Amino acid sequence: MRTTKNNFKRKTLPKSPTSIQGLDEITGGGLPKGRPTLVCGGAGCGKTLFAMEFLVRGATEYNEPGVFISFEETENELTSNVASLGFDLKKLVAQKKIWLEHIHVEREEIEQIGDYDLEGLFVRIHYAIESIGAKRVVLDTLETLFSELPNSQILRSELRRLFNWLKKKGVTTIITAERGDGTLTRNGLEEYVSDCVILLDHRVNDQSSIRRLRIVKYRGSTHGTNEYPFLIDEDGFSVLPVTSLGLNYDSSLERISTGIPRLDTMLSGKGYFRGSTVLVSGTAGTGKTSIAAQFVEAACKRGEKVLYFTFEESPGQLTRNMKSIGIDLEPWERKGLLQFHATRPTLYGLETHLTTSIKLINQFKPGIVILDPINGFMIGENQTEVKNMLLRLVDFLKMKRITAFFTSLTTANDNLENSDVYVSSLIDTWLLLRDIEIGGERNRGLYVLKSRGMAHSNQIREFRLTNDGIELVDVYVGVDGVLTGSARLSRELEDDAEKLLRQQEIGSKQFSLERKREAMEAQIIVLRSEFEAEESESLKIIGIEKARNERFSKDKAEMAKSRKGDIPLKTIKTKKKK
Amino acid sequence: MNTNNKRSDKLILRLFIAGKTLRCITALNNLKLICEESMKGKYKIEVIDILKNPKLAKENQILAIPTLVRKLPLPRKNIIGDLSDRELVIAGLNYRTNI
Repeated sequence: MRTTKNNFKRKTLPKSPTSIQGLDEITGGGLPKGRPTLVCGGAGCGKTLFAMEFLVRGATEYNEPGVFISFEETENELTSNVASLGFDLKKLVAQKKIWLEHIHVEREEIEQIGDYDLEGLFVRIHYAIESIGAKRVVLDTLETLFSELPNSQILRSELRRLFNWLKKKGVTTIITAERGDGTLTRNGLEEYVSDCVILLDHRVNDQSSIRRLRIVKYRGSTHGTNEYPFLIDEDGFSVLPVTSLGLNYDSSLERISTGIPRLDTMLSGKGYFRGSTVLVSGTAGTGKTSIAAQFVEAACKRGEKVLYFTFEESPGQLTRNMKSIGIDLEPWERKGLLQFHATRPTLYGLETHLTTSIKLINQFKPGIVILDPINGFMIGENQTEVKNMLLRLVDFLKMKRITAFFTSLTTANDNLENSDVYVSSLIDTWLLLRDIEIGGERNRGLYVLKSRGMAHSNQIREFRLTNDGIELVDVYVGVDGVLTGSARLSRELEDDAEKLLRQQEIGSKQFSLERKREAMEAQIIVLRSEFEAEESESLKIIGIEKARNERFSKDKAEMAKSRKGDIPLKTIKTKKKK
Repeated sequence: MNTNNKRSDKLILRLFIAGKTLRCITALNNLKLICEESMKGKYKIEVIDILKNPKLAKENQILAIPTLVRKLPLPRKNIIGDLSDRELVIAGLNYRTNI
């Protein structure tokens, strides 16, 4: 004890990866290595498949050969049953990577006299393990032994011995068992296999089936304790532990256009964030799908791939309808940039939808995913489940930096802001479309209810579907409140008329002013010419007067000269000189 | 029926054991004793040790040890356990009624 205390190190249990999508995440690496794991569940819940996938993955991906001891199905049955999931058991058996063995006992043929043990089973398992060097062993529905062999007491002690023996051998074992009434297994095997117990469940709720997986216990290891939905499809088993992913994804600063210039402007000029989640909600016929289509077209024009899940319309109907508002999606579909995926929401359970979506997304690798609409999933009172599903999907998309675009149909009676409350926390940008009823007509109004991380507009815009796509128009906000449609038009016309009138008034004012200026200038010209006439007359008189004065003084001097008067000589001299 | 009886006169038995454990030896000894006493000369016992020949365990669908298989007369019949009850073994082998 002391040494273990002193040498205590936080050491995790060695684990054997299952490679089952999602399971390794919730178990923290896989099943306990070298120990038995009990997988229990009702009929048809996928126990055999779970075990088989564990073996096949081990053999093909981790080079750990595996032994499958089947107590129910024969080798041939097994081979053909899992062939549909893409496992080629024949080949693996031939390569000595998998060992199949069918163990079957006819109860009628057997009689017990005296004590016995299960050494035969031990020897066979041992022989199988040694033959291919197996690291993994599956005992599929070991409990059938209880109905095939007499004396369950001996059987119990032998099985206990078997599990210990397998542990000692260090092989990772899966033991499957049918679920009993009120207990995990019919014969209480969980008492013996105490390292790891996984419970598979298959429920039907409101006519849709849900498969779930829960780790009941996992000795010496932390593990996810929730019920995780899982799915069996053509690629095998997948668990959806997306809720365990947490909120540690990067956020992009990149913005992508909505395809509607004015809507971009409303979202601080640039559009949605890449990798964000957009919800458009509104009552019937408010144009949710059109906004989606406009977004799709813009994305395809940029060369991005779009995956469009439509749950109410067929792709053909959708493209036709969008053509009527000038959005042609067909060429993009032909080019392979746009992929439609149409299913009825009620066709599968939520988990199947989720996993098929995730699978398609992984295959197609789109930049944008549209879900139109998400309401179809609401069957009865399954809001939490729908929310969980969407949460998983949103988490997944955010991890992949895929922009998600959901539409949601709200009923007219609800308070619009409340109607999608169950998903609102997942949404980054929420556009609300609403009918505005004025003057006997309905018009569409659009506003941004929220948009995380950007300064978005608080204005209502009138939203119009024209032949050339979507158009956002300012609503009329005036003394009469918000006006749209023809009310807005008539009001605007009135306004225009008023404006025209005022313009005319101004025009005439300017005109009269101009005339006055012209009159004034004409008067100035008249005055000037009068003045000029007077001026020249005056100058003439002045000139005559001057000449006369000169003449007079000259005459005077000459007269003095002739009379030899006493006029100063100087003047005479100079005059002479001249 | 007579010809059938003649053919099935001979009892062919196979005893599957796994090594020389106490239980296996007990079973073998019990079997020998019973056969010697009640059907002397009309039986044949084949002992198979599956530790030495594990393939045969698979081929014969052996799980419990020891298992006594009555190969002939048909139908094939299995008795598991250490054969500690003489009457039951004789009844189980159906030897008398078959004659």
